[in-house]
Amino acid sequence: MAEKELDEGKRRFLVTATTVAASGVAAGAAGVPFVASMLPSERAKAAGAPVEVDISKLEPGQKMIVEWRGKPVWVVRRTPEMLKMIKADEERVADPVSKRSEQPDYARNEMRSLKPEYLVVVGICTHLGCSPVDRLQSQPESFAADWHGGFYCPCHGSLFDLAGRVYKNKPAPDNLPVPPYKFVSDTRLVIGDDTKGA
Amino acid sequence: MASTENKLPVTGAGPLNGLLTWVDQRFPLLTLWREHAAEYYAPKNFNFWYYFGSLAMLVLVIQIVTGIFLTMHYKPDAAQAFASVEYIMRDVPFGWFIRYMHSTGASAFFIVIYLHMFRGLMYGSYRQPRELIWIFGMLIYLMLMAEAFFGYLLPWGQMSYWGAQVIVNLFDALPLIGPDLSLWIRGDYVVSDATLNRFFAFHVIAIPLVLLGLVVAHLMALHEVGSNNPDGVEIKKLLGPDGHPLDGIPFHPYYTVKDTLGVMVFLAIFAIIMFFMPEFGGYFLEYNNFIPADPLKTPSHIAPVWYFTPYYSILRATTADFMLVLAAATLGLAFLIVNSGFIRGKTKTIAVVVTLVVLVCFYAIDAKVWGVVLMGLAVMIFFLLPWLDVSPVKSIRYKGGLYKTALAVFVIVFLVLGYFGTQPVSPFATYMAQLGTVLYFAFFLLMPWYSRMDKTKPVPERVTA
Repeated sequence: MAEKELDEGKRRFLVTATTVAASGVAAGAAGVPFVASMLPSERAKAAGAPVEVDISKLEPGQKMIVEWRGKPVWVVRRTPEMLKMIKADEERVADPVSKRSEQPDYARNEMRSLKPEYLVVVGICTHLGCSPVDRLQSQPESFAADWHGGFYCPCHGSLFDLAGRVYKNKPAPDNLPVPPYKFVSDTRLVIGDDTKGA
Repeated sequence: MASTENKLPVTGAGPLNGLLTWVDQRFPLLTLWREHAAEYYAPKNFNFWYYFGSLAMLVLVIQIVTGIFLTMHYKPDAAQAFASVEYIMRDVPFGWFIRYMHSTGASAFFIVIYLHMFRGLMYGSYRQPRELIWIFGMLIYLMLMAEAFFGYLLPWGQMSYWGAQVIVNLFDALPLIGPDLSLWIRGDYVVSDATLNRFFAFHVIAIPLVLLGLVVAHLMALHEVGSNNPDGVEIKKLLGPDGHPLDGIPFHPYYTVKDTLGVMVFLAIFAIIMFFMPEFGGYFLEYNNFIPADPLKTPSHIAPVWYFTPYYSILRATTADFMLVLAAATLGLAFLIVNSGFIRGKTKTIAVVVTLVVLVCFYAIDAKVWGVVLMGLAVMIFFLLPWLDVSPVKSIRYKGGLYKTALAVFVIVFLVLGYFGTQPVSPFATYMAQLGTVLYFAFFLLMPWYSRMDKTKPVPERVTA
C-alpha cells in the first residue's frame, strides 16, 4: 500500500532541489570571506588620525599641503584681493552656496571656511580623484582667458575657484570637500578633528 | 580499454614510432595534432591581415615568460616597488632586457590585437556562424585591458599611481554602490600598499588564468566552424573528392610556415623598438612614470597609455553641455527605429520606453556618471556587432560604398580620439572628442540601417586569388 503511494518523481525532484539549494547557499557563504578579505583592513582603518599643522610661516597668498589619511589637504592663506575674486566668481561656479557639496556646517558659507582668511580643503578633484594644480594668480590662462585665480585639474580640465568651488559645465560635479578642522591657536590648526575643548 | 585496443599503431618508420604509439594509445596526441594542425583546413587565400592572430599568441607567450622572470626580482610593496624596478633595470643581469621586452610587449599586444580586430571588421569575421569566436575574442580584449591596467600600477611611478586613482574612481561615480565598490577595489581609502599588493595578484595570476582559458575557447570555437577569409566565402560548402574543402589547405605546413615568416618580421620590428626606443617617445613608457608615486601631487599632465586613449577621450568629452547632444541623438535614434518598416512593433515599443527612461536619467544623473557609462559602452558595444551588421555579404570586398565609408570614418575617428586622449584638455580638444564620440557610436548604432541600404556586389562561389 505505502509503496504504491510513493511518488518517485517528486522524491527525485525534492532531493535535487534541496541539494542544489544547499550547495548554492554553501558556495555563497564560502565566497563571503574572500570578498570580505578585500575590504580595508583594521590597520588601514586605524590609520586615520588627525594631524596638527603649524601655519605661522604661511604668508598671505601662499598654499601649503598637509597629508591627512593619505590625501593632500591644502591650506591657503587668502589675501583680501583673493576674497574679492571669490565674490566675483558667484556667477561662474556650479554650486555657489555649497548646497550639494561636502563640508562641515561651519564651512557651508560663501568662503567655505571657519575664518575667511584660511581655506582648508581636500585637494582631490571630485571628478575622478586627481589633485588639481595651483593657478592662484588672477591672470589670463590657456584654459580661461578671464581667470580669477584658483585651481586647475590637469586630468580632465575641471576648474575650481579660491574657495574650492567648481566652475559650471566642467566634469567635476561638486566643490572640493572641506575636511573637519579646528584652530587650536592663531597659528595652529588640527585637521581631521573638530570637537570642541581640550 | 576498448579504445586503447582500437587505436592503430602509428605508421611510418621513424625512430620514435614506438614511443608515439605508446603515448597515442593513452592520450589523443596525434588526434589533436591532426585536428588542429595537419588536417585543419584553412582557406587558401589568407592575406597579410591573417598574421595577427598567431602574432597575438606569440606576444602572449612573450608576456608570460618575461613576466615570470620579472616576478623573481620585483617587490609588490609600496615602499619598495619603484626601487625594485630600478634594481631590475640596473643591477639584475639582463634585467633591463627582460623588463623592456615586457613593457614593449604590452604595447605590441594592443597593436596586434587592434589590427586583428580590424581584420574582423573588414572581412565580417564576426558574422554567423562565428559570433562566439567574436565574443570570446572581445572577452580576451576586455581581460587584456584589465591586465594592462593592473600591471601599470606595479612600477609605482607617478603615472601608475594617478592612472589607478582615476580608473578606480570611475567606479566611485556609479550611483548607490559606487563609493563602497571603489573602497573594496582599493582596500583602503586611497590607492595604497593594499591596492598595489592586490593588483599584483590580479596581474600575475588571476587575469592570466582567465586569459589562457579564453584563448583556448577562442581557438576551439574557431576550429569548430573553420576560419573566415578575405572573400567571406564558406569553404566547407564545396568539398573535393577527398572530403576536404576545395579551397582549403592544411594549416600545417602551409600556414605554420607562413606565420613563421610573420613572426620573423614582427620580431625584427619588436627588437628595433625594444633596443633603440623602448619608451617610444613617451607612448610606451610615459616619462612621468620615472618619478616615484607621490599621493600629494598629480603630474601636470596625465594621460593613460596610448591604447586606452580613445576611450579616455570619450570619458572627457562628456560634459554637462554635451548631455544635450546625447539627448538629441537618443531621440533621433528612437525616431529612426519607430519609422523603420523592418522593425517589429514590439521592438518599437521597447525602444520608445527605453528612450524615455534614458532621457529622464540624463536629466537626473550627473554628466560625470554618463562619461563613465559612455566609456564602458564604447568597449561593450563591440559585442553586438554580429547582430548589428545585417548586410547580405560578409567581406568588405563585396560590400558597397556606405559600409566602406563608415568603416573608414570609424578608423579615423578611433585614431583621432586616441590622439586627443593623449593631449591636455582644451576647448578644441573637447570639441573634437565630442564630435568623435558621436561618430564612434553612430558607426555601431546606425549599422542596421546603412548595412541594409548598402549596394552589395555578388559573392563568388569560390575564393578568389
